[in-house]
Amino acid sequence: MPSLKALKNRIGSVKNTRKITKAMQMVAAAKLRRAQEAAEAARPFAERMTAVMSALAAGVGTGEGAPKLLAGNGKDQVHLLVVMTSERGLCGGFNSSIVKLARARALELSGQGRTVKILTVGKKGREQLKRDWSQAFVGHVDLTEVKRVGYANAQGVAREAMAAFEAGEVDVVTIFYNRFQSVIAQIPTMKQVIPATFEAAGSTALYDYEPSEEAILADLLPRAVATQIFTALLENGASEQGARMSAMDNATRNAGDMINKLTIQYNRSRQAAITKELIEIISGAEAL
Amino acid sequence: MATTVQFDLVSPERRLASFPATEVQIPGAMGDLTAMEGHASTITSLRPGLLKVVGADGTKTYVVTGGFAEISPTGVSVLAEQAVPLDEMTPAALDALVADACEAAAVNPDKDAADKAVADLQAMRAAAAV
Repeated sequence: MPSLKALKNRIGSVKNTRKITKAMQMVAAAKLRRAQEAAEAARPFAERMTAVMSALAAGVGTGEGAPKLLAGNGKDQVHLLVVMTSERGLCGGFNSSIVKLARARALELSGQGRTVKILTVGKKGREQLKRDWSQAFVGHVDLTEVKRVGYANAQGVAREAMAAFEAGEVDVVTIFYNRFQSVIAQIPTMKQVIPATFEAAGSTALYDYEPSEEAILADLLPRAVATQIFTALLENGASEQGARMSAMDNATRNAGDMINKLTIQYNRSRQAAITKELIEIISGAEAL
Repeated sequence: MATTVQFDLVSPERRLASFPATEVQIPGAMGDLTAMEGHASTITSLRPGLLKVVGADGTKTYVVTGGFAEISPTGVSVLAEQAVPLDEMTPAALDALVADACEAAAVNPDKDAADKAVADLQAMRAAAAV
């Protein structure tokens, strides 16, 4: 049985913890709104880009002479997994769920005799993958200093992946991120970006292309890859804040429960001490 | 009253403008072109330059650094990599763009394309200064 003093200290410390988690939840809620707005604002560009790219890709096809970024380099040996996680912890299962998916994929690929390379974005995922995949690490993109993810950041990631592809170091690039569905649901997603895939658009209008279809495609492909990565980064940002918000909400509620339990225990102990004292006085008086 | 086309200017990060315009002057990769109502459907890539939009309340000018434009008979969407309204553009920022391009040109194996980008940017700086 802990002493009354110890219990009181404990209650105080849990109360402080609750204050912190509550504050973190509020901050995450505010950041989530901003992240969602950013994701929303980026949507028109990504949608148009996909529409145009799928029209172009359908026109050019994946036969001879198609750009490598679209058709692939004909091999399927070396896979680069771009694992996007957060820079900060305390966001529930956010990072673990991405890492779990990436790890399963890496195991599957290496089971098939493929070579796996890993590029990490965000240090939390790197820490988790370090244990069994550190020999596969080829690079890391640090976004710790980045307050708001911009297109330039996505371009940086894309450039790194494309450079490796063009140098023939990797054949397939897949990104891993959490797709934002709601505050309580984030879906770990993997998406192949090189060779690029585009969902086919419903109707394709006939266009004149200036300069030529192929030239535009070659010009736009790197941008389309960067756009896909940018979208993933934004979704990931929103998911992170959503995950953190619900994790901190749970923590706040748990702290509240704990305070209640501890308070009851504290009151009981105090009552027991008082009763004991009374019994002692009475028995003392009776003994006289 | 001139007929109008729906003009959209979007950058990867946000939608910059969306309003009806009577004509849109686009710095295409193969040369400038002006899109008005009824223009044939065209997709063109952009070179760094000035994008001029004539709308109901005067002409708006944007500095774009690349991307592409999708022209249809009823609308023009410009998807720019970077787009800044001209009045928000400062000479210093323009100089920075040119410097970046020069830096990229120094390491770019495709000398022609890189030099062209630098030349385009310098032309744009000259045009923007007017």
